[in-house]
Amino acid sequence: MKRNNKLNIIAILAFIATLFILNVTLDPYRLRIFNLAGIYVILGLGLNLVNGFTGLFSLGHAGFMAIGAYTGALLTMSPETKEMTFFLEPITPILANIQLPFPIALVAAGLVAGAIGFLIGAPVLRLKDDYLAIATLGFSEIIRIVLTNMQTITNGALGLKGIPGNANIWWIWGVSLAVVVFMVLLIKSSYGKVFKAIREDEIAAEAMGVNIFKHKMMSFVIGCALAGVGGALLGSLIGAINPLLFRFLFTFNVLLIVVLGGMGSITGTVLSAVVVTVMIEYLRVLDIEMNLGFIRIPGVPGLRMVVFSLILLIVILFYQRGIMGSNEITWEKLFDFKNRIAKKITRRKSS
Amino acid sequence: MTIFRTENLTKKFGGLVAVSNLNIKIEKGQIIGLIGPNGAGKTTAFNMITGVYKPTEGNVVFGENKVTGMKPHKITERGIARTFQNIRLFKELSVLDNVLIANHMRLKSNVFSSIIRTPDYVRKEKAIKEKSINLLRELGLEDVKDEKSFSLPYGKQRRLEIARALATDPQLLLLDEPAAGMNPQESHELMVFIREIRDKFDLTILLIEHHMKVIMGVCESIYVLDYGVTIANGTPGEIQNNQKVIEAYLGVE
Ligand SMILES: Nc1ncnc2c1ncn2[C@@H]1O[C@H](COP(=O)(O)OP(=O)(O)OP(=O)(O)O)[C@@H](O)[C@H]1O
Ligand SMILES: [Mg+2]
Repeated sequence: MKRNNKLNIIAILAFIATLFILNVTLDPYRLRIFNLAGIYVILGLGLNLVNGFTGLFSLGHAGFMAIGAYTGALLTMSPETKEMTFFLEPITPILANIQLPFPIALVAAGLVAGAIGFLIGAPVLRLKDDYLAIATLGFSEIIRIVLTNMQTITNGALGLKGIPGNANIWWIWGVSLAVVVFMVLLIKSSYGKVFKAIREDEIAAEAMGVNIFKHKMMSFVIGCALAGVGGALLGSLIGAINPLLFRFLFTFNVLLIVVLGGMGSITGTVLSAVVVTVMIEYLRVLDIEMNLGFIRIPGVPGLRMVVFSLILLIVILFYQRGIMGSNEITWEKLFDFKNRIAKKITRRKSS
Repeated sequence: MTIFRTENLTKKFGGLVAVSNLNIKIEKGQIIGLIGPNGAGKTTAFNMITGVYKPTEGNVVFGENKVTGMKPHKITERGIARTFQNIRLFKELSVLDNVLIANHMRLKSNVFSSIIRTPDYVRKEKAIKEKSINLLRELGLEDVKDEKSFSLPYGKQRRLEIARALATDPQLLLLDEPAAGMNPQESHELMVFIREIRDKFDLTILLIEHHMKVIMGVCESIYVLDYGVTIANGTPGEIQNNQKVIEAYLGVE
């Protein structure tokens, strides 16, 4: 236990050092991709908590990201930018002059998304499986439509532009790290075990004295709040948001990361978020023309998504439960692995 | 002292009366049997008692209070625990975790103190872990505490279900066909074991069994259901010689 704590601290320090190095060595384009990966870590963990750990088939993530993104943006944009952005209809006076520091806006984004999650969860979490999926998906679309139609608050379909770019590598990966630590502690706690019990067998969990509805709600609200925080960071990173950004496709992207990494695996989601985000960008070369000297491959727009889907298919074919399943990478396993390799090497040397 | 009783407990599924006017009365410390052929309504009776089904009519009284129609987790909190006929373990979780989860409701720690691990939470968590490991030791499951529960052999899975129910600190334990799938020797051992836990944990037990023979030796009193109707009630000796019971089991019209 003591050893692990030390290792954790060393790992976190090493990670912070890595951030320093990446921050100065990466060009702006690569840095942006790396930051995007950090946001996907937050979004993925939120979705994994609900779908992977608690076993609730929820497809409403994009809606809660939207709520977080709008909350974060409206609370950080300057009054002047708001006035310029809302040129069709002026913004409602309450929001017009409000401008808060970024961290407060992030917390607010999480709280608002969590609160709306609570309101939607109350009726929806009484449903199960496919019905729950359809209901959450429906509510996610309703959120999007409401946002499109609240002209004086959200600027409707035009969306918000000129969102202050506070979300740098420190904010994004700092929050991301905090969320990872939070998730590890949550899952390790008695509550985390109860979430898994609900996933495994609801009836048995209830017979063990677990208030199913309360714990489902807890998991769902935390997942929604994380989606909100991720959404706010995303808005700040890309600088402009509109309702179209938060279609179902976005939920699908996050779900894909979670499934690939392994439902019910924190380390799986973190790895998968980074690998998938980076890979999608690197596969971009497939879309443009390539000259290999002896042969010229014409660029096919969309080819990267085809290749990406193929890779996905192959992974799912061989690892049905994602790369990590519901397992975690722990220090114990790393040491085990190291010892096994060491043994192999000595055996080879002696023979 | 009567610890538990049902009053005209009835459950209808559409036109089917699965249980009709069931009146069970249990004194503290007794082991009572509930037997009957397939589809007699035994499990349905359990489901009504534990809040899984709402009774169509009648009442469940535990201690001094009516618990009719309460949510299952509330009933467990009051002190009635159960096992399931078709084993319902948390398959992917370890044996120890299965038992720890049954302690959650008595933990009384909110989610924030659990996450930041306040000294109070850490202390409670440690106490619960110790208690659970002791329980597993007493039931002979300590050596497999870190195995995933689905990987246990059948008999141990059954025993883990009982351990998990005991972990909720019940006064009344309901066992739904705990000997299902066991040979006569194993069944006999199980019955001895049930009597042991009754004494050790100061329990009262209501036990469903399909075969009369298995529980003859352990039960003080037996209720026999057939097509939802209580056709007999008495000591094992009385039941064994009851004409109606013999007919029900032999399928005589
Ligand atoms: N949820 C339900 N909906 C409709 N009918 C049900 C339901 N649950 C049980 N039944 C019916 O009620 C009757 C009693 O079933 P129950 O499971 O209580 O029998 P049992 O005595 O436990 O039998 P077994 O020995 O096979 O476990 C059966 O005819 C069954 O089909
Ligand atoms: Mg049954």
